[in-house]
Amino acid sequence: MPTHFHTRIDEIYRQESGKVLATLIRVLGDIDLAEEAMQAAFVAAITAWESKGIPANPAAWLISTGRFKAIDSIRKRARQNELEPELQRRIDELQAANLSFAERDIKDDHLRLIFACCHPAIDPKVQVPLTLREVCGLSTEDIASAFLVPTATMAQRIVRGKAKIRAAKIPFVIPDTAALPERLDAVLSVIYLVFNEGYSASSGDTALRAELSQEAIRLARLLYDLLPDAEVKGLLALMLLHESRRAARTDSQDDIILLEEQDRSLWNRDMIREGLQLVEQSIGSREFGAYTIQAALSAVHAEALSSEETDWAQIVALYDVLRQIEPSPVVDLNRAVAIAMRDGVLVGLEIVDALLSEGELENYHLAHSVRGELLRRSGRFAEAKGSFEKALSLTKQEPERRFLQRRIASLVSE
Amino acid sequence: MKYMLLIYGDEATWTEQEREDCMLESMAICDELEAQGKWIASSPLHPVSSATSLRVREGRREITDGPFAETTEQLGGYYIIDVEDLDEALAIAERLPPAKKGTVEIRPLFPLPQRDQVGQPEQ
Repeated sequence: MPTHFHTRIDEIYRQESGKVLATLIRVLGDIDLAEEAMQAAFVAAITAWESKGIPANPAAWLISTGRFKAIDSIRKRARQNELEPELQRRIDELQAANLSFAERDIKDDHLRLIFACCHPAIDPKVQVPLTLREVCGLSTEDIASAFLVPTATMAQRIVRGKAKIRAAKIPFVIPDTAALPERLDAVLSVIYLVFNEGYSASSGDTALRAELSQEAIRLARLLYDLLPDAEVKGLLALMLLHESRRAARTDSQDDIILLEEQDRSLWNRDMIREGLQLVEQSIGSREFGAYTIQAALSAVHAEALSSEETDWAQIVALYDVLRQIEPSPVVDLNRAVAIAMRDGVLVGLEIVDALLSEGELENYHLAHSVRGELLRRSGRFAEAKGSFEKALSLTKQEPERRFLQRRIASLVSE
Repeated sequence: MKYMLLIYGDEATWTEQEREDCMLESMAICDELEAQGKWIASSPLHPVSSATSLRVREGRREITDGPFAETTEQLGGYYIIDVEDLDEALAIAERLPPAKKGTVEIRPLFPLPQRDQVGQPEQ
């Protein structure tokens, strides 16, 4: 019997602790106090539920127990330090606080917490780990190893973020309409950073990387559920479409497989279907931005049954739109690749050379890698080798290095 | 929650006219904040050329001419406000004219226990 009971408690912890914590943070206005109160509430739950049974709404039980635990803990501090009448005022406030358990309110509490963790007043380096820790409930150890940073360093960043929220009184609120677009951008970029950390082949172990990407998708879904904004849809679609290729993009040695060489039967069709639907909705709303366009680009690939069937004209057109929304030399580089595919390698090569001569891409390894590939395809092997070597000297990412070394070796043998 | 807004900017880049406009606009914002019970104190400062710095080392005071640090942007004024949270403080900082030319640094005040509640018997 205890085994079954404890499994249920574990399940409830996994499913409800995020909500419980978010609501306690809103009510208590203090992340550390809320974390402490939630742990105390779960400890109390084990004893109480074992004899009386699990309540119909465990989250509600945990939230109100957590509040009592927090009041207790503030009282204890007040007794030790009678100089703080401030604490009595807080206790009165907490006792009067409205604890709403409506599904909607609990979800809003989650959103409030995301906005607080991604507040622009918090160092961008801290926003990502703070969100993963407080909103997603990942352990500091896991976050540290995902970002290849010592646990102590990561713990410090998280502490710094929590201290900033407390000292500067960053509010746990959903920003008003005037501030929302700017604040939403910040949240979306944190989510996308989390995703890319999990998706790029640069760091950390495979399982952890996959978990990060899943968390990013989960966060975007949560956001989408509350704010079905066009760019929220766009970002969710973009991540789903990328994620759909996870199984196909590396081989068993963790080596990179280029899009055109991927086994498309390994692509996750459910994710593609959902991604395509979201892109269509977002484009239809006419309020879309850069995430939606990038998702649309990914969608063109997803819809092609083989790389030969890719609609390159459509891809060039989408890059033209993206350049207007978010001009950058990297977008120009990607557009040049699409033009090479549509109009022939020499046309693309000319654009890449022009971009490189502008200087901004000089130290960007992919610019040289693209140039090498276009040269290779036009039969200029010696020059291609030079470009791949330049790219190799600029990248530290192991799978990329192995990919470039294979390219160079293949040119030597030709 | 009390915040201090510290106004930093390059003193040399302000024209007389700009300075006067800024002053009038800032005073209007102060009046508005005071009416809402959110204003505690504020003042522009004389240029750093008027600054004097002092430190006490080994019981002796050392007095030097000039600010704490020579920087391209100088502290030119401050506000102390009492508002709900950082977002409200940011919204006020955004309206201050020097925000468009320089930088407004927002610092929460560390609350001290009130004097009359520290170890004094009730009257």
